[in-house]
Amino acid sequence: MIKLTNIRKAYNQGQHNEFWALNGIDLDIEANKVTALSGPSGSGKSTLLSIVGCMARPTSGRVQLAGRDISGLPERFLTDIRRSTFGFIFQQYNLIKGLSARDNVMLPAYPLGGDWRALHERADMLLDTFKLGHRCHAPVEWLSGGEQQRVAIARALINDPLVVIADEPTANLDTVLSREFLSILESLKQQGKTILLSSHDSLVVESSVVDRVVRLRDGHLPEAAE
Amino acid sequence: MKTWIGKQQALIDFTLSSLSRRKLKNFGLLLVYALIVFLLASVMLFTHALRREAALVLKNTPEVIVQRMVAGRHDLIPPGYIEKLGRIRGVQHIEGRLWGYFYDPVVRANYTFMAPTAGTINEIQIADSEIVIGAAVARERGLEHGNLISFRSYTGKLFVFTVASVLPHDAELVSADLVLLNPADYRAFFGIPADHYTDIALSVANPQEVRNIAAKLSETLPDARLILREEVLRTYESIFNWREGIVLVLLSGSILAFAIFAWEKASGLSAEEKREIGILKAIGWETGDVLKMKFWEGALVSLTAFLLGYVAAYWHVFHFSTALFEPVLKGWSVLYPRFELVPVVDGFQVATLFFFTVFPYTVATIVPIWRAAITDPDAVMRG
Amino acid sequence: MHAWSASQGSSALHMPSRKSHRVFAFLAICLALFLLTFADAAMRRGGSADVLATSERLVAQLGLTDLCLFTEARYTRHPSQADLHSAFQDHPLGLEHFPSGSLLPPPNNLAASYENLDRKTTSPD
Repeated sequence: MIKLTNIRKAYNQGQHNEFWALNGIDLDIEANKVTALSGPSGSGKSTLLSIVGCMARPTSGRVQLAGRDISGLPERFLTDIRRSTFGFIFQQYNLIKGLSARDNVMLPAYPLGGDWRALHERADMLLDTFKLGHRCHAPVEWLSGGEQQRVAIARALINDPLVVIADEPTANLDTVLSREFLSILESLKQQGKTILLSSHDSLVVESSVVDRVVRLRDGHLPEAAE
Repeated sequence: MKTWIGKQQALIDFTLSSLSRRKLKNFGLLLVYALIVFLLASVMLFTHALRREAALVLKNTPEVIVQRMVAGRHDLIPPGYIEKLGRIRGVQHIEGRLWGYFYDPVVRANYTFMAPTAGTINEIQIADSEIVIGAAVARERGLEHGNLISFRSYTGKLFVFTVASVLPHDAELVSADLVLLNPADYRAFFGIPADHYTDIALSVANPQEVRNIAAKLSETLPDARLILREEVLRTYESIFNWREGIVLVLLSGSILAFAIFAWEKASGLSAEEKREIGILKAIGWETGDVLKMKFWEGALVSLTAFLLGYVAAYWHVFHFSTALFEPVLKGWSVLYPRFELVPVVDGFQVATLFFFTVFPYTVATIVPIWRAAITDPDAVMRG
Repeated sequence: MHAWSASQGSSALHMPSRKSHRVFAFLAICLALFLLTFADAAMRRGGSADVLATSERLVAQLGLTDLCLFTEARYTRHPSQADLHSAFQDHPLGLEHFPSGSLLPPPNNLAASYENLDRKTTSPD
């Protein structure tokens, strides 16, 4: 599904605070599987996620999506691919305050300009799936942490992406809510989504939902031969 | 095309939801904005209509007025003067005029006393001891047809007049303060001897010769001051120009204050807004989408303000007789005509107003977004 | 699935309240009013020919030279005829001396005490 070849990523390149977040990553991410990136903070998990999700470009190396090299595409095409292929769940949820849960869920679909009525129904359906139907008009800051994350998940799914990317999804959740998240993950897998997440939460890494754990340290894959 | 419209509408939906989060602040901004447009548009519509009305009404004013100056001041036209004028070729019609001012201490108002040449108004002779008065005079003194009124003349003698009629309300703009009486009464009231006149009105056979004839007149009569019709019209043009200017200067303070406020509001990107733009980029919005969304915000706010302000200004000027500006125009006048301006709207002026109200605000909304909108989408993940 | 169908009902109920629709409707009304001002202006211009004609006739008959807008002083009443020593002078671009006169009324106590003595008569009626 996604093939990374010798990915390197530098921040502040050429300046005195130059920092290499990734140092030659080779990785294959299989379709319809849950892949977890694990490692201490600062190991480059988030950077790798943003490169896979077409949010950032690698300094060198190649990213192939379904056999097509996408690392050299201009921003417009990358945005296009990102919109149609990836759904993102962020650690801080990154919901827009003041807007209702439903408005937040619909956001990623706005630039696509599809039928609004259909979009509206899809958003309601997703919110119902995550037991938030009754709160769809509430501003997101009124929701609890778990509810906010479910809104974020619904938002990631609104454009029906092939791949869902989640950055430390359980970092702000207690055990009960984390388990609930894992069951949501399970159902997404059953729907045929490819899932890539980063976590250093043992509850997630050791869960049976996760098919493969990739350990990352200092921008390397120490056990590349896994 | 359909997708494009759907997309713009979705972006507008977002920008509206976004605006409605700070309802009071944004509504206040819209209101102040509309008020500024209203004031500007009122000044513009009013002066334009008045300027045009002056030009239309005064096109029948005498072609040349001859005043006589003595030591740099107006003086009466002495006997024999008119005869001298008659000898100049091209002068068609000469008329000695009698008019002057009278201060009425009762209402502290200035009237314009005038004696129509033949003593007639609308072909009706004004009899001795009768006057025809302007509508504002009638209003101020509570007079109507048949009433008696007395004025103490500058000689100290009391004159009693009967109001024969009141001039029509429709003509108030030119006649509100007039008191018309016959020439004999006029001379008696002001103590002006026979054959003396206030000034002389001339008409000219060939309108294109007016300037040449005026030049000849001033050669023949070195003590004469000539006022041409075109100068009268130009005077009005400039009076309204500078009165409009004065109002605009006074307004400029508030306009500037608003400009600063609007600039601050539109361009001051809070950390919160920056974060939101980062989120939008991260969930798949392009730089262009963010800019379009902000464009719609600026365009909707300023367009609404323009339409509301303009429509209100139109009603104010043409249906409520520019009630708010009346004090500015009235100055210290006691007599003020009640008039309804004929609505004339200059499309070019409206377009200019539109451009200068809608365009800067929209630009001020978009430009600062630019820098925030080109941030990398992964900034959110890093932050 | 049960919840899903319930949501359909509720979403259909909320469908008409799309924000952009409401704002478009409002803008359409504003725009209509805006266009209406032009129609109104055209209509009133048509009906005002008589009104203007009355003034024009009077101007022609009496040889009037000025609008009766500023009656506060003799030099402001006929700006186009004002003499060389008056505020307007004989230059059409000459400005009125006190533009503040446009905005503030003369103080009442001053108006009374500075009035010309010959005008301080008792009511002549």
